[in-house]
Amino acid sequence: VKASNSLSFSLQAKMSRPVQARRLEGIDKNIWVEFVKLAATYSKVNLGQGFPDFPAPDFLTEAFTRALSGGNHMLHQYTRAFGHPPLVKVLAQFFEKLLGRDLDPMTNVMVTVGAYQALFCCFQALVDEGDEVIIIEPFFDCYEPMVKMAGGTPVFVPLRPNPPKDGKLMSSADWQLDPAELASKFSERTKAIVLNSPNNPLGKVFSRGELGLIAELCVKHDVLCISDEVYEWLVYDGKQHIRIASLQGMWDRTVIIGSAGKTFSATGWKVGWVVGPNRLLQHLRTVHQNSVYHCATIAQEAVAQGFQRELMLYGKPESYFVQLSKELQQKRDWLVQSLDGVGMKPIVPEGTYFLVADISQFKSDVPDVPSSDEPYDYRFTKWMVKNKGLAAIPLSAFYSEAHKNNYTNLIRFCFAKEEATLKAANDILQKWKQEKTS
Amino acid sequence: MFLASRNFCCRGIRTCQLRTDLLSRSIKHSASATMPFRHKNTRRIEGLDSNVWVEFTKVAADPSIVNLGQGLPDISPPSYVKEELAKVAAVDRLNQYTRGFGHPSLVKALSQVYEQVCGRKIDPLTDILVTVGAYGSLFSTIQALIEEGDEVIIIEPFYDCYEPMVKMAGAKPVFIPLRCKNDGNSASSADWVLDPAELANKFNSKTKAIILNTPHNPIGKVFTREELQVIADLCIKHDTLCISDEVYEWLVYKGNKHIKIAMLPGMWERTVTIGSAGKTYSVTGWKLGWSIGPEHLIKHLQVVHQNTLYTCPTPLQEALAQAFWIDYKRMDDPDCYFYSLSRELESKRDRMAQLLKEAGLKPVIPDGGYFMIVDVSTLNVDLSDVDEKLPYDYKFVKWMITSKKLSAIPLSAFCGPETKKQFEKYIRFCFIKKDSTLDAAEVILKNWNKQ
Repeated sequence: VKASNSLSFSLQAKMSRPVQARRLEGIDKNIWVEFVKLAATYSKVNLGQGFPDFPAPDFLTEAFTRALSGGNHMLHQYTRAFGHPPLVKVLAQFFEKLLGRDLDPMTNVMVTVGAYQALFCCFQALVDEGDEVIIIEPFFDCYEPMVKMAGGTPVFVPLRPNPPKDGKLMSSADWQLDPAELASKFSERTKAIVLNSPNNPLGKVFSRGELGLIAELCVKHDVLCISDEVYEWLVYDGKQHIRIASLQGMWDRTVIIGSAGKTFSATGWKVGWVVGPNRLLQHLRTVHQNSVYHCATIAQEAVAQGFQRELMLYGKPESYFVQLSKELQQKRDWLVQSLDGVGMKPIVPEGTYFLVADISQFKSDVPDVPSSDEPYDYRFTKWMVKNKGLAAIPLSAFYSEAHKNNYTNLIRFCFAKEEATLKAANDILQKWKQEKTS
Repeated sequence: MFLASRNFCCRGIRTCQLRTDLLSRSIKHSASATMPFRHKNTRRIEGLDSNVWVEFTKVAADPSIVNLGQGLPDISPPSYVKEELAKVAAVDRLNQYTRGFGHPSLVKALSQVYEQVCGRKIDPLTDILVTVGAYGSLFSTIQALIEEGDEVIIIEPFYDCYEPMVKMAGAKPVFIPLRCKNDGNSASSADWVLDPAELANKFNSKTKAIILNTPHNPIGKVFTREELQVIADLCIKHDTLCISDEVYEWLVYKGNKHIKIAMLPGMWERTVTIGSAGKTYSVTGWKLGWSIGPEHLIKHLQVVHQNTLYTCPTPLQEALAQAFWIDYKRMDDPDCYFYSLSRELESKRDRMAQLLKEAGLKPVIPDGGYFMIVDVSTLNVDLSDVDEKLPYDYKFVKWMITSKKLSAIPLSAFCGPETKKQFEKYIRFCFIKKDSTLDAAEVILKNWNKQ
């Protein structure tokens, strides 16, 4: 009787605990789950989630087909866990050129399931309970929950808008860090800073000076840099993407993250990578081999061939990187024009395929409800997709809980879309403007 | 390099606080490599860096070695599976992101197939998560449901990732070995059983889950209904979860039936069942797997997934869905790949067993899976040349690779520290290999005693 009493007592104690692990606390909400569903249900023109609606380049899909028809059925089996040899080799070659240093494909490169899993490996490998991680706002939304899941404490520092005095359209360059404010965020507990340049959602391309500031603080405080550079090829107006790892003192403390999905307009392939010093990558390898272990072989084979082509055409006009950037700049300019034409004030992005616009002049359509716990931009974008069929993402999705109400009149559009899509978006906006004025 | 510092922590974990401008300037201009580097691995991965596969796959990459080690097929996947993948390459939208928790057509196909198998309704959106291989499902399940303070029962020998994954989640693995019934004279995987009293002793108030693998890697055991019932009874009694790794579910040989523990009374609500496209369709390089279970458990796996890799590759999921539809329609037909692969492997199993016997070895004939273990101590090979510190089976495999050009995997890689001694006379062969590979193995085994 005693034994069964103690059994039922301990059972009760167990059953009263939640079944899920504590590491999931506070990270269960996800904006995309809701907004992707809304777009799928209501949108006629989807400028919300970040993926191209134009096809991946022929040379890439042809590489995929070639690999399949090549008769090497071993491409359907496991490849090297830390990255398919042809892919890590060509990535090493590519980044050797870009960084100006020798790279070992086996120890300085690792392939991941998208840049998303690369980020996950970084946080799990390097962030312990009690570590602080500096995140620049606005940020790609997964950084915060990933830091929390690793037991870390996110410390936020905002980019602040400094509008141009001459009434011109704002540029993403006008959003800047305050150097003193940034310096104040570094403490003894700071383990890493997450840098995203070009930045999603603003499209900011950090300048050499701005990167130098961050680098100096990293070196001074012995802090790591997790550098999310997935949009590295999407920079406009002749700007240059500068890799923070190439700055003094930074190679040894930086993990560079890249994405085939963004590089080759094939987000559904989920091939990403990390490049960095072995003393950091060895720990990412440990996480990788204990979480997914291998990445799909065929996609890696095709991406390797894509990079081989780009290596040969590097800097030439036929290079996909050159062409894509030109095309997207044109699309950016169209969307800027469309939005400006109806009274939404776009912030002209220096890079990425995102653009943020100020919708203050459209507030009357969706009245403010002070008692609502949802920021205005969330309500606006939901109303817009349901009533106008145009999908966008509220900017407060890219802010921490504490700062969600700082910028509630800004929404993010994705312009990696066919001309027809952007024209359709323009039609919706024009019609809407006419309805407002009539 | 001179460091003027106020707070200098010798353990190398916390910052050396650098105070002077002069210092920061000199640091800017000097190589950072001269500074003490405090950034080591996080606690969660302490001691988890080594891995049997990293070692043995490197060695076996030599094409002159007949590789019966790592579990990957060198047979071709069925042609329609390859064709479906070729078809999807031409569809633009399939190169972009799909639904995070699983491509709609794939989760629909999985729900249909498993509804048929299980005889119960499975909601494709809430009861299924698609992951990067069954490996990814194991990770998502363990991260979602296991934490510090928990104990997780692992049956030995075990697929090697269970232990590090449980440790990475901060929990304590509790091992229980399969024991050979006939005092070491084992002819079949069915001879390896759990002692029910020993098993019951492993359960306590901290036991969060037990990991079950049936059909079992490496022994090939197919747990019977009675054996599963013993485990189920304990799970219910102690309110324990069951993580059921069933990647080899279709590979069961004549006279055996794969039974899903989730279908036993009281088990659906506490079980996550894991499956694998790699093993189902001989496409290990597609890295697609799935977790199936009740919404109140799967929803937590989905949270892990959305915070780890978010979504799996689209084209592979679509092709897999199409392959599943083809076989779903013929689940009553013996030509269904789920059954035809099993028949093909059974004859390879029998051939492998025959070859090993002719070499004077006593293989343990598996009832399922595509691995076979064999006791090599009876050969009395002189291993004094090989690194002494290694367990016997590691030494044997290294010797066999070098001198016989044949590779296998040492069984102690699949054991906890206490049981390594028990299993170190066994090695594991993989027989999902084409005829020419088995022919080459035959030559080696026939000539074994001639050198």
